[in-house]
Amino acid sequence: MSALREQVTPLAGGNPARPANRMLVLWCPDWPVVAAGAAAGLPAHLPAAVFVANRVVACSATARMAGVRRGMRRREAQSRCPEIEVFVDDPDRDARLFEPIAAAVEELVVGVDVVRPGLVAVPVSGAAGYFGGEHRLAELLVDHVSGSVGVECQIGIADGLFAATLAAHRSALVERGASAEFLGPLCIAELDQPGASRAELVDLLRRLGLHTLGSFAALPERDVVSRFGSVGLLAHRLANGRDERPPNRRKPPPELAVTHEFEPALDRVDTAAFLAKTLSTRFHAGLAAQGLACTRLGIYAVTEQGEELSRVWRCAEPLTPEGIADRVRWQFEGWLRTGEGVRPTSGVSLLRLTPEETVEGRSLQLGLWQGGDSGQEHTPEAERAARALVHVQGLLGPDGVFTAVFDGGRGPGERVRLVPWGDRRTPADGHEAPWPGRLPAPSPAIVFESPVPVAVTAADGEVVSSTDRYQLTAAPSKVAVEGGRPRKVVDWAGPWPVLPRWWADGADIRVRLQVLLEGAASGEPAVALLLLWQGGECPRWTVEGRYD
Amino acid sequence: MSGSAVTELRETAGRQESEPRATVARLASFPGVSTASVVASAAEHAQVTGRTLPVLPALADLLPRRGLRRGSTVAVGGSMSLLLAMLAQATTNGHWAAVVGFPRLGVAAASELGVDVSRLALVPRPGADFVPVTAALLDGLDLVAVAPVERAQDARRLSARARHRGAVLLSFGPWPGAEVELRCVSARWSGLAHGHGYLREREVLVDVVGRGAVARPARSVLLLPGSGGSVHRMGNEGAENTAPSGVVKVG
Repeated sequence: MSALREQVTPLAGGNPARPANRMLVLWCPDWPVVAAGAAAGLPAHLPAAVFVANRVVACSATARMAGVRRGMRRREAQSRCPEIEVFVDDPDRDARLFEPIAAAVEELVVGVDVVRPGLVAVPVSGAAGYFGGEHRLAELLVDHVSGSVGVECQIGIADGLFAATLAAHRSALVERGASAEFLGPLCIAELDQPGASRAELVDLLRRLGLHTLGSFAALPERDVVSRFGSVGLLAHRLANGRDERPPNRRKPPPELAVTHEFEPALDRVDTAAFLAKTLSTRFHAGLAAQGLACTRLGIYAVTEQGEELSRVWRCAEPLTPEGIADRVRWQFEGWLRTGEGVRPTSGVSLLRLTPEETVEGRSLQLGLWQGGDSGQEHTPEAERAARALVHVQGLLGPDGVFTAVFDGGRGPGERVRLVPWGDRRTPADGHEAPWPGRLPAPSPAIVFESPVPVAVTAADGEVVSSTDRYQLTAAPSKVAVEGGRPRKVVDWAGPWPVLPRWWADGADIRVRLQVLLEGAASGEPAVALLLLWQGGECPRWTVEGRYD
Repeated sequence: MSGSAVTELRETAGRQESEPRATVARLASFPGVSTASVVASAAEHAQVTGRTLPVLPALADLLPRRGLRRGSTVAVGGSMSLLLAMLAQATTNGHWAAVVGFPRLGVAAASELGVDVSRLALVPRPGADFVPVTAALLDGLDLVAVAPVERAQDARRLSARARHRGAVLLSFGPWPGAEVELRCVSARWSGLAHGHGYLREREVLVDVVGRGAVARPARSVLLLPGSGGSVHRMGNEGAENTAPSGVVKVG
C-alpha cells in the first residue's frame, strides 16, 4: 500500500499516464420505475414511467419500446402509449427498495459504495482475485442479485467510476488502461449523469462542435481550465477516463466523525429523519471548520440488540447538509422499512456519521441567493426563524410545527395540507387550476377539523335535505349547532353541489350551503357558517367552517 | 406621545394667532409633548428603520405609529380575520410569523387576506408546553399570534419576552398589559339573497383602545373580508367624542 502511495502521490498533479482505480459498477436499469412498480405491485412487463414536473425521468423497457423517452411531456408519453402507468418521483421509495440489493452485493464483496439508488460501485481488485477473474465476478454478482432479490441488473468494469458507470449501461468489461479508448467515441451528453447537473456544459460543448467525449478529451487541459473553470476541468478528467479527483485525498482525522446515542432507541423513520437533520448540520459544520467537505459518507448504526449496520454513500459532488440528511433518511428507510427477517430486530440506539473521504471545502459553495437545493430561503430572518422552529420541534416532537401547502380541492379543509417543518414544501399539481364546485372567496377563517353535527330545519319543522338533483327540499329556516338552541336563519345561499368522482357508482350526494344565523344574544353580530350535506347511508348536515 | 396633547396644542395655537410659532415652540418644549409633524415623521422613521412591522394600508390608520411596534403586545378580539390580516403585510415583506394554539385556523382565508403562508408557521397543539413554545418562538420570529393565557403571570412573562426580543405578540382575546386592543364590535354580511348569491363581504366596526399614545379611543369601518377576501377601509366613525359604549380602557 505504501509503495502504491509513493508511486501515486507525485503524479497527482494530473499526469494522464496514471491509471484510475479499477471499479465495478452494478446498475439496475430504470430503477425509479422498477421501485415504483414494486411498491405499487405492478408487474414488470407493463409500461410505466416516473414523472417529475410533468416530464419523464425514467420509463420501463416496454414503455421505451412504445416510443416513450426521457424528458418527454406526460401528454406526449400518454399519446404514444395510452396504457402507460404514471408514477410520481419519490427518492425515499427508491432508496428504501434499493437497500436489499446493496445488502445482496455486500454478501459477496466488501467495500460497497452506494452512488445513488440504482447504482452501486465496488472496487474490483480484491474481489476479482478471490473469485477468479473479473468475468467470473460479474457473472456471480448478476446471478446472486437476480436470485436473492429478483431484480435485473447490469455490470460494467472499467478504470474509474465514470467509465465503469457508462460500461455498466452497455454491460461492457473495459480492459485495464483502455478507458479512454472506450469513452472516446461516446456521445458528449453522457457527461450529464443524474445528479451531476452538467446539462449546461454539455449544451455548450455541443454547440462548440465537440460531439464525442474523445474530441473533448483531446483538448489540452490548460485550455479547458482557462475556458470552463473547475466544472470543465472535472468533466475533462472524466472524459479522459480518469477519476473525478486525484487519489491523494486527505485522510480525515478521526474526530470529525459524529456519534449520537439515542435514548429511547429510534424505530421510526420520521424521528430518525428529524434527528438526522441536526446531526448532519453538526457533522457538516465540523468538517467545514477544518476547510473540508465530505464526498463519501459512512453511516453506521448499532441497534439495541447489538446488531451493527453500516453503509457507505459515495457522491460525485461534495455533500451539503441537506444531502447528508437525505442520505441518512434514505438509509433509515432502507433499514427500518424492509420486510420482516431482513429488518433489525430492535430500534437503533447509536448512529455514527464518518467522513470516509474528504475534499477541500472550497469546492463547496452555496449559491449567492439560494442555498443548496432545499428550496427554502436563506435570509437572516429565515434562518433565525428556522432555529426557533427546530427548537419548538425539540419540545413538541417533529409533528408539532407545520407550514401549510396548498393542494387541489374544493372544500376549505381539502385545499390545505400541513407539512411538518423541515420537510419539502411541494404543492400538489393543479392547486391553482379551476376547481368546479369550489366556493368563491372569501374562505372561512375557522375550519373545523372534525365536522360538527348540525340540525337544519325548514319553517314547518321538517329536516332539510338535498334531492338527487342537488336541490334543497325546502328553504332552511332554523339551524341548531351541536344540539344547541335553534337559531333563526337570517339569509342563506346555495346549494353548491360537490361532485367528486361523479362517474363512480355509489357516490354520495354532497352539497354545500352558506347560512347567516342571528346572533346568540340580541346585540351580538350575526354568524356566517359553511354547512355540508352528506347523503348516503347516514345522511347528515355538518358545519365545515365559520366565516369569522 | 398623547393624542389629546396634540389637539390641545392645536387649539391653543388657534387662539393665539399673533404668535403661533412661539406658542408651538413653548408647548413643544414641555417634556412628553411634541408637534404632530414630529410624531408623524417619527412614525415614518420607525417604519424605515424596522422598529415597527408594517401592516396592510387599510389597517395602518388604526394603529399608533401606523404599524406594529417591535416589543409590543397587541390584543385582537372578535374576529379571526382581523388577527390574520395583522400578519399579512409583515409576512409578505419577509418577516416570519407563527400562530400557536389554533387548530382550526383557515389557511385559505389567511392567504386571501394577504398572508404569505410560506412564512407562516403553525403550532396547532402546544398542549402543556404553551408558554415555553411561545417563548421559543418569540426568540426567533417577528410575529407570534397566540390564544389568551389563563394565568396573568404567564402573560406578563411572555410580554416581557416579546419586549426583550423585539418581537410582536398578538393575542386573540384580552391580554393584561396589551399596548393596543383592537376589537370587532359589530359585523354586517352582504351578498346573500335567499338562496342566491354568496357571502361577498362583511362590514365590521373596529374599536381601538389602548394606553400611552393611543389612550384616545377610535373606531373605524373596514370591509373584512372585502371582495376576494382582502381588506378594505370604509372610513372613520367619530373620534374622541363618540367613545363607544362598553369599551374598557386598557392601562
